[in-house]
Amino acid sequence: MFYRENGQFKSSYRQDEALLPILQDRIFMLALLAFAVVGVPFLASDYLFLSIINPFLIMALAALGLNLLVGYCGQISIGHAAFMSVGAYAAYNLMLRVPNLNFLVALVLAGLIAAAVGILFGMPSLRIKGLYLAVATLAAQFFIDWLFARVKWFTGYESSGSVSTPVLSLFGWPLDSPARKYLFLLAVVAVFTLLAKNLVRGHIGRAWMAIRDMDVAAEVIGIRPVYAKLTAFAVSSFYVGVAGALWGFVYLGSWEPLAFNITVSLNLLFMIIIGGMGSILGSFFGALFIVALPIVLDRVPAWLGAPLSTATASHLASMIFGALIVFFLIVEPHGLARLWAIGKEKLRLWPFPH
Amino acid sequence: MKRHLPVMILCTALVAGLAAPLATGASAPGFYMEVLFGGLAAGVLYSLVALGFVLIFKASGVFNFAQGSMVLFAALSVARMAEVMPLWLAAMLGVGVMVLLAILIERLVLRPLVNQEGVVLLMATLGVSYFLDGFGQSVWGSDIYEINLGLPKAPVMILGNLFKGGILINKDDVAAAVVALLLVTALALFFQKTATGRALRAVADDHQAAQSIGIPLNRIWVIVWSVAGIVAVVAGMVWGSKLGVQFSISQVALKALPVVILGGFTSIPGAILGGLIIGVGEKMAEIFLGPLMVRTFDLAGGGIENWFAYVLALLFLLVRPEGLFGERIIDRV
Amino acid sequence: MTPHGRAFGEPVLAVDNISLAFGGVKALSDVSFHVREREILAIIGPNGAGKSSMLNVINGVYRPQKGTIRFFGEAHHNIDTHEAAAQGIARTFQNLALFKGMNVLDNIMTGRNLRMKAGLLAQAMRFGPAEREELEHRAAVERIIDFLEIQAYRKTPVGRLPYGLQKRVDLGRALAMEPRLLLLDEPMAGMNVEEKQDMCRFILDVNDEFGTTIVLIEHDMGVVMDLSDRVIVLDYGRKIGDGTPDEVRGTQAVIDAYLGVKH
Repeated sequence: MFYRENGQFKSSYRQDEALLPILQDRIFMLALLAFAVVGVPFLASDYLFLSIINPFLIMALAALGLNLLVGYCGQISIGHAAFMSVGAYAAYNLMLRVPNLNFLVALVLAGLIAAAVGILFGMPSLRIKGLYLAVATLAAQFFIDWLFARVKWFTGYESSGSVSTPVLSLFGWPLDSPARKYLFLLAVVAVFTLLAKNLVRGHIGRAWMAIRDMDVAAEVIGIRPVYAKLTAFAVSSFYVGVAGALWGFVYLGSWEPLAFNITVSLNLLFMIIIGGMGSILGSFFGALFIVALPIVLDRVPAWLGAPLSTATASHLASMIFGALIVFFLIVEPHGLARLWAIGKEKLRLWPFPH
Repeated sequence: MKRHLPVMILCTALVAGLAAPLATGASAPGFYMEVLFGGLAAGVLYSLVALGFVLIFKASGVFNFAQGSMVLFAALSVARMAEVMPLWLAAMLGVGVMVLLAILIERLVLRPLVNQEGVVLLMATLGVSYFLDGFGQSVWGSDIYEINLGLPKAPVMILGNLFKGGILINKDDVAAAVVALLLVTALALFFQKTATGRALRAVADDHQAAQSIGIPLNRIWVIVWSVAGIVAVVAGMVWGSKLGVQFSISQVALKALPVVILGGFTSIPGAILGGLIIGVGEKMAEIFLGPLMVRTFDLAGGGIENWFAYVLALLFLLVRPEGLFGERIIDRV
Repeated sequence: MTPHGRAFGEPVLAVDNISLAFGGVKALSDVSFHVREREILAIIGPNGAGKSSMLNVINGVYRPQKGTIRFFGEAHHNIDTHEAAAQGIARTFQNLALFKGMNVLDNIMTGRNLRMKAGLLAQAMRFGPAEREELEHRAAVERIIDFLEIQAYRKTPVGRLPYGLQKRVDLGRALAMEPRLLLLDEPMAGMNVEEKQDMCRFILDVNDEFGTTIVLIEHDMGVVMDLSDRVIVLDYGRKIGDGTPDEVRGTQAVIDAYLGVKH
């Protein structure tokens, strides 16, 4: 009875095409944003920011990027963390070598560099697909891993091979507390999510989905597969590159090349499988799940009086991830996002059964 | 002919690269042969894992990302059981465990996903691999364990009269090669001479046709995954005895993917040849190309073998996706 | 003359001696015909005669080994599918090639992709020209949705629609391209009598209102006789009949082909 669309008539296409056509959705989103901006910084502890909220935001951005490529355009990539790596190191080198560079500018440039690399490694998708493409993307992962580990220029000739970054400051406002970092990340992620939603609603988004669903038919309509696939790789790598730069600068502070290895790539993939492929909301669900689960496994058994060792917790996490992947693929291939949509449908009818 | 040109160029470049250190005199012939044998030995290990991939792909069209985890799980099971019983018994029990695993996988994962496309099944096997890794280490522990096959570990010098100083090779590498050869022969006989083998080949060719002549698909899949499981036990024991049984096996086994790309997803001889090429190629690249690159580009160390196999596979994918021996995939509209 | 008294135009499609083979299998041998503007041409023939292959050659899915195709005077037989689309050739598929992940509206909107020019950044920010373009094309697609009477289903995922409606969406997507030549591959396949009547009406309306030239493959002889201005008959990849429906119906070779007389 709360979620009815009664009386909300659309009298123009513009109204129908709005991002949040239903009034209740708009109110909910506004409330959520207000809470996020005002409420969370007061209520959340530093620990919560550092262990769950901040990494969740960054990973959600990365998962969103991967989802654009895999979920919307249907091109599989199991080496995507390589592009996070490119973004992180690009931002590092830009900040290192260009004096007084605004971090936002460095962020965007890093994303563009990652996009260029993404286009390069995305070219195999023009000739191969499915499983074969998956193996090709592994080449990107391992080659780029090696590149940043061995070519000393990238790490600024640090002898240890790992790089560290100073505390960031934006327009004189230092990001020196987890809460401030959170607000910055929230702003970036909100803007990027909006841009992604617009892309997906536009004709490029439809072109991507057409390629995903039936690329032969897409060509017959006049969609150029080369353009569609490479833009998917480019935009996806842009997002993931920005996420990588944020991960390195805002979250970690210092990192070594292995920070973006194949485990991270597979985690990203799990996020979108569990969260929902082809769904922006799903990327957030999946990221939250994958980021929070290890923490939960760490803390909850201790609360309940039966603490697990770190090793056991991590094995258990592996098992749960694996089992859930299979479960979701069988039961609900569209992931948590679909379950959420079903929930909303039921809410629409509530309190009636049908 | 024109279609074959890019492949031929790639293969020529590959052979030239492999022969270069010898031809240019950059390395002593004896040393070259040692690196070659070392590469072949590594290649045999890859081939053993790749065999499992090919078997499963041939019969069910599933790309088993979990093959490396299966090798690890098999190795862990055998290694730990061998602590309390003779090795041969542990090996047989290990086979039993893998058959049980095959049944479970077929029931819980494959059957519900039977009509989905390849990418979905790939991701499902990814899930299985994560599960197996966690499960195996929870049950058997995550230290490094030993498998003692009773082979002499001391290297031996051969061909002292041909090459100055002779060539150093490891006896367990030779044993691994022999095992691989026996396994491939056994598999070949199984596929060609037995009724079950014929049924497996029928299923690999055309699922629906095979079903229509009464071949029970589900049972076939259990058989295939069991055979792949047995191959995993063999591979696990060989790897385990050489490198010690540890978690990194399932990651290193990822390299079997490029092997299958090179050899063709559906070809057993391809898995062997692909493994040998990758093994030799990456060793040569690491030992000969590595120092060259370090000097030229001022790198912080080698590590070429981390990506060589994958980049080679990528190049092959672009010129010949079906691999050296695989079947050509034709798309009909 | 079309049934409504409008004159046919010049030949817009000239197919000349097309031969197509897959390995040893000859799908088409020396097929020639032409289609005039505003005409409705039917291609008929027994199964395996090469009808779909002929459509595939016309819209660039297959490249013929021999022969030429001229479309509005321009040589055409070596182009890609998306170039064919850019030149104004649209088609539907026998097995429906709808995008199952999208709803009806989005499926038909994909037909407008060729005409949508806004760049990536403009779409991402969705302001001004990008927004206007999106709305303008939405209006065009809504006109097609009205025409095909599927308004109630516009937000339904296409996979959930009954077969007959899916066929309409397929047609809608082709119409969204505002084609100069429309290729329909068995548009009536699998439909009941009512659905066939609706589809016939739509096809005639398209030809009538938009003046679109249509080439269709069809098995239902009643439909062929009623709809088409001219008929081409293929058998084993060769043309064995070419004329008005009545003329073709009386040709001995055609009767033999359909009755299975050895030939």
